Order: sequence, then structure tokens, then C-alpha cells
Amino acid sequence: MKTHLKTKLALASILLSFNVFAAGDLYLDHANTDISDTASLQNGAKLFMNYCSGCHAISFMRYNRIAEDLNLSDSLVAEHLMFTGENPGETITTAMPKEGAVKWFGTAPPDLSLVARAKGTDWIYSYLRGFYEDDSKVFGVNNKVLENASMPDVLWSLKEGRPEAEFDQDVRDITNFLDYVGEPAKLIRTKLGAWVLSFLGVLLVLAYLLKKEYWKDVKYGIWRPRD
Amino acid sequence: MKNKQSWIDQRFPLTKVWNEHLAEYYTPRNFNFWYFFGSLAILMLVMQFVTGIFLTMHFKPDSANAFASVEYIMRDVEWGWLVRYLHSVGASAFFVVIYLHMYRGLLYGSYKGPRELLWILGMLLYIVLMAEAFMGYVLPWGQMSFWGAQVIISLFGSVPVIGPDLLVWILGDYALGDAALNRFFSLHVIALPLILVVLVFLHLVALHAVGSNNPDGIEIKKNKDKDGIPKDGIPFHPYFTVKDTMGVVAFLWIFCAVVFYAPGLNGYFLEHANFIEANPLQTPEHIAPLWYLTPFYSVLRAVPPMFGSQFPGVLAMGASLLILFFLPWLDRSPVKSIRYRSPIYKWVLGVFVVSFVMLGWLGMQPVTPLNAFLARVFTVLYFAFFILMPWYTSVGKTKEVPERLTE
Repeated sequence: MKTHLKTKLALASILLSFNVFAAGDLYLDHANTDISDTASLQNGAKLFMNYCSGCHAISFMRYNRIAEDLNLSDSLVAEHLMFTGENPGETITTAMPKEGAVKWFGTAPPDLSLVARAKGTDWIYSYLRGFYEDDSKVFGVNNKVLENASMPDVLWSLKEGRPEAEFDQDVRDITNFLDYVGEPAKLIRTKLGAWVLSFLGVLLVLAYLLKKEYWKDVKYGIWRPRD
Repeated sequence: MKNKQSWIDQRFPLTKVWNEHLAEYYTPRNFNFWYFFGSLAILMLVMQFVTGIFLTMHFKPDSANAFASVEYIMRDVEWGWLVRYLHSVGASAFFVVIYLHMYRGLLYGSYKGPRELLWILGMLLYIVLMAEAFMGYVLPWGQMSFWGAQVIISLFGSVPVIGPDLLVWILGDYALGDAALNRFFSLHVIALPLILVVLVFLHLVALHAVGSNNPDGIEIKKNKDKDGIPKDGIPFHPYFTVKDTMGVVAFLWIFCAVVFYAPGLNGYFLEHANFIEANPLQTPEHIAPLWYLTPFYSVLRAVPPMFGSQFPGVLAMGASLLILFFLPWLDRSPVKSIRYRSPIYKWVLGVFVVSFVMLGWLGMQPVTPLNAFLARVFTVLYFAFFILMPWYTSVGKTKEVPERLTE
């Protein structure tokens, strides 16, 4: 498949410019991701940067934010994950020129910063696992979630010769990472929420007791019902 | 000391205002759950103002930068994500509060005399608030911002004769784009909030002139003691300030649960497609406004085009809002509160609530033959509630209203 890639790329512009979006009521597999699982996010970041970032930018995300949130050092990120940027404070763009991308794939690979928010994690998980062989297509594959997708099955090398469960876990980790990329604040949001709700819960008890104390006047005191 | 006014009171009627509107403003003692929503609406107004001021510091009203600037707020601005969620969830929460506040008015006949102007001022507030929310939703410049605005603004183009010119005048361009985004930003952060503040002030002036209604629908001012204090009234401060504080905290608990655990509420508060930047060349599969506008959107879609024009639907949508203004004069019932209304009224109100909720739900769904049929049925029922009101409120046996509050 790989050897045919270059010749097939040449044809891509003509055949794949018609991206048909799948219907909304398609059955999707449950991604079952857990954003608090740092190891999963780290593996997802590694896989994303190696398999996806060649074509897809996540241009609202910064390298050093990933380092900070995923318990990695800036230098580790710079060494292993930073392929395009020069400085860890930069956003994560792609090396692929846009004009070339349109020529090669028929459409520029979309920025994936917000794909998890727009499509949902189940969609990403099902899409990445949804490639099947279809010789009528330029890349020899089609996708059951996004029919006539312009994307080749870039994760095929992770699939071959490995147990299905391991591959699924890798896809889950990429999905988890994209969920995090869609909303980095999610990491702190739920933790903070517990404190906020606890505080308001205590405040509610105090507010109720204060009201009860004052309303003694209304029930039995100076403002009790008058004839 | 008694005769001598304080330094401030000689120059500003502080004590007078404090007493007239708080410490000696007498409020019916029997307020129930439904009476929390007035103060909560003020809370939401303040919430939207404060969070909006901070968002305005970082947002860029420019069609090339707006979408990215919202993500900048979500990621790079310290606590920006929290401020943005408070504002976006706040918009929906504001409407939850307002709808419950208005429903309270229906339950207890609070729009009936002498509170007609209070009701009309409230209705004006509601309509300005819808315009404010609609324009705010356009600002992030996502797909739903763009296409939702496209659908709503194109309605003005359906006005006979002047439509096309009106459309260009509103957009400031021949198509929806940067010019419209800029003016919506201006209206959203300056013009409409100013109008809201003035209307809220007038709404409160009207309220305090006539006094609050209550779940019994009895005028407490008809029974005063020798000091001129209503026998069924208690001072607003401190009794209702502490009670409303409790309501505020309880409300904030639910509000924060949404902000921290489901800020998009699965597409109801932040639509999924709005996380894709506006693209004038790609129409989304399904366009729907946010939930608080959908009942009226349903009315719009329920009316078929006539003579090749969408205008009849636009008129119906306008009428579905305008007719609410006439409620005080359509209602002929001798009693205010649902507690003493005739059984027929209770059934009719139930049908109205179901119709309104169903119109709201249908407004979010794609149009299918069944949905279109249902939207027409519920549109007819919605209008029937108002048009038939003079009849069904004057028939049926009402219960006798007691002289004094029952609790």
C-alpha cells in the first residue's frame, strides 16, 4: 500500500475533492476516554505528534501548555514532540503547506484544535477505527464513519501484527488527547467544581439558618400575622 | 439629634430611598418558590455585565479574528475559560429565570390591573433581552453564529417593497460579514445593555408604585392598620433580603454545577457546530437557534410561504410576541390567582404550557412532514390561548377570593 502512495497522491486532487459528510444518526462506538488519565494523554500526545501532526495542526494549542498539563518538562517536549516549532511557547502548526495539501488531498487537512468539541470523542474514536479496504479509492481505504474521507489510514502500522485491544487503546489515547486539546481547562474545571459546589453547599446551609432566624419575627415575633 | 438630618440626607435622599424601597417597603408575607425569580433575574443581569466587561477586554470583533480570540480567552487568558462559561451559561440561565418569572405572572395573574404597565415593561425587557442574546451568540463567529444570523437577518429581506434595501442597511454590506459583526458587537455591549438597565429601573419603579402581587392574588394595600402598614405585609428588608439570599445561593449551586460539569449542556447551551469557524461557503446540515428562541422560530417555520414570500411567517412570529403585550386586557376573569380560577382556565393554561414547550422542542428539530404538522397544531393552540382568552376567562365558576392572605 505504501509503495503506491505517491502515484495515488497524484490522482487525489481530482477524486477526493467531494467530501461527503456522513449522516448524523450513524452508530458510533463509545470512546470511553478519561481526561484525568495522564499516562493516556501522554501516549496520545506522542502518537498525535508522530502520526497526525504532519498534516493536521492544532493551532490553538501551545507546546509548553502540553508540557505543563501533562507533567512533562519543556525540554522533553521540545526534544520528542516539537517537530515544527522552535520555541515551546509557540502554537502547534503543521509543516504541510496549505496549497500543496489541497493539491494532494483535494482539501486541506482541517485544524484539529476543536474537533473533539465539534464532533465529540465517540466520533473521533469511531472514525480512526473505521477504515476498511476499498480498492476503488485512491488510498485503497474508505471509512464507515466519514464516507469517501480524503484521509489515508495513517494508523495502519499500529494495527498490523498487534492485538486489537492494544490498537484500540492507542486510538483511545489519541482521542483522549484531542479531547484535552479541545478544552485544556477541562483538567482543572471538574476539580475546581467540586470545591465551588462544596463551598456553595455550606453557604446554602448558613443562608437557610439566617433566613430561619429572621423569619422567627414573621412567624411568632413582631411581624406575626395580625388580625 | 432626631430632627437633624445626616450630612448625606441633607444633600441626597438616602434614608428616604432606603426606607421607601427596602426597610419600609411592605411585601406580601406569603411569597412562595415562584417569587425567587425576580431577584435572580437581577443577579443574572449583573453576572452578564461583569463577565461581559472582562470578555470585551480580550474579544476581537473582527470576522478574521473573532473565533480565534474566543479560543484565546478559553486557553491563554487567566481564568478566561471560567469567565466565558459564566457568560455563555449565564445567557441560558437568564432565560430560564425569565421564563419562570413570566410563568409566575401567568399563574397568579400578576399582569392584571393595576399592574398592566409593569407587565408591558417586563415584556419590553424580554424582547430586548432576546435581541441582546441573539447578537451575543453571533459574536464568537462559529458556524451556528453565522448561519443562525443569516437565517434571522434574512427575515428582514422578506418585508415587502423595502426588504432588500432594509437588509443591506442592517448588514452594512451586501452579505453577512465583518460590518455586521462589528455593529452587533456595538449593540451587544453598549446600546442594548443600556436599554436593559433603563427598562429594569422602570420595571422596579412600576413594581414599587403598585406593590407586588402574591400567590392569592389579593391586594394587601386594601387592608391597612392604623399606621398605614398593610396587615399582610412585612418589610422587604431584612425578611426578603435574607430569603432571596438563600434563593441566590441555591440557584448558584445549580448554575455552577452546569458551569463546571456541563458548560455546553450537550449542545443546548453551546452548540457543537459553533466550535467550527464560520464558513460562508459551507451551510451546516441543520441550523437551529439556541433553545430560548426556538418557540418563536417554530411559529415562523409553521407558516407556509404565501405568494412566494416568507413574510407571512415573519408576521406570525412577530404576532406571537406582540400578543403577549395584550394579556392584561384579554383576561376578563374576576380573579387573579390560579388558586381561585375556574377549572377550564387550569386546563387551558396546561395546554398552553405544553404548546410552548413543544414549539420550543420542534424549533430545534429538522423539518419533517410530521414535525411541520405538529408545529402548525401547536402554533394554532398558542394563538388560541390568547384569542379565546376573553371567552374562557369569563365562563366557568371561579372560587371566592378571601379578604386576607391564606397563609
